[in-house]
Amino acid sequence: MKVVNYLIMIVFCALMIYASLGLPSRGDAYADLNKEKSLSQTPNAASYYIHNAKKDAETENMVTVILADYRGYDTLGEETVIFTAGLVCFLLLRKEKKKNGKKKR
Amino acid sequence: MERKKDNPIVSLVSRTVSPFIMLFALYVIFHGHYSPGGGFQGGTMLAAAFILIRLSLGMEISQLQFKSSWATPLGSAGVLIYFGTGLIALLFGGNFLDYGFIPFSKAVAENRSIGILCIEIGVAIAVMAIMVSIYDDLLEGSSDD
Repeated sequence: MKVVNYLIMIVFCALMIYASLGLPSRGDAYADLNKEKSLSQTPNAASYYIHNAKKDAETENMVTVILADYRGYDTLGEETVIFTAGLVCFLLLRKEKKKNGKKKR
Repeated sequence: MERKKDNPIVSLVSRTVSPFIMLFALYVIFHGHYSPGGGFQGGTMLAAAFILIRLSLGMEISQLQFKSSWATPLGSAGVLIYFGTGLIALLFGGNFLDYGFIPFSKAVAENRSIGILCIEIGVAIAVMAIMVSIYDDLLEGSSDD
């Protein structure tokens, strides 16, 4: 059974690497992702952000505008993840009051 | 965990450096509109300043600075600041998290800028409190053995 698991993992890994070969190289100006208009002739998200971030939010740092304004839901989720991690640590590691002797984990 | 003998160099240096780390963390948070940085980074640095005191001076003294029991309520408060900012925008007639509708000032773009600052503060408080809380929990798990 273990051999099958490893085989599946290796095949999946090879598949992912093969798929990543088809991606455009980073910073390629002629890739579809970096063109000003997308295939459907509407503005790409990236070029929209670059053109409108300062105008929309009066903030010089484009990354902050994207992180906190355009993608506000995403950041809310991130913060919730951190909060959940802290809560899980709290629940797993903190000991109860020493009533019923020493409690060891 | 038994503490070793107090080292004056370590305690003096950490007490001196910790406020400057806090100051720089606040700079990172509030200058996030103009330079790299923001709530997550600044909150982590703020937590680093608290954890430095905890490491060097021990748990008893550092409780005077930041009690362990404050951490979880502060973390919840940070998340609630973020959520509340979005909810206020909802109450003023916009979408959830659409800060342009919160009437901080006249211009919509200005409102959005201040809204971003509000949620950065919420993120910073939450991250700071949770980092300190995780450190305290780990330490408590290893103590009195």
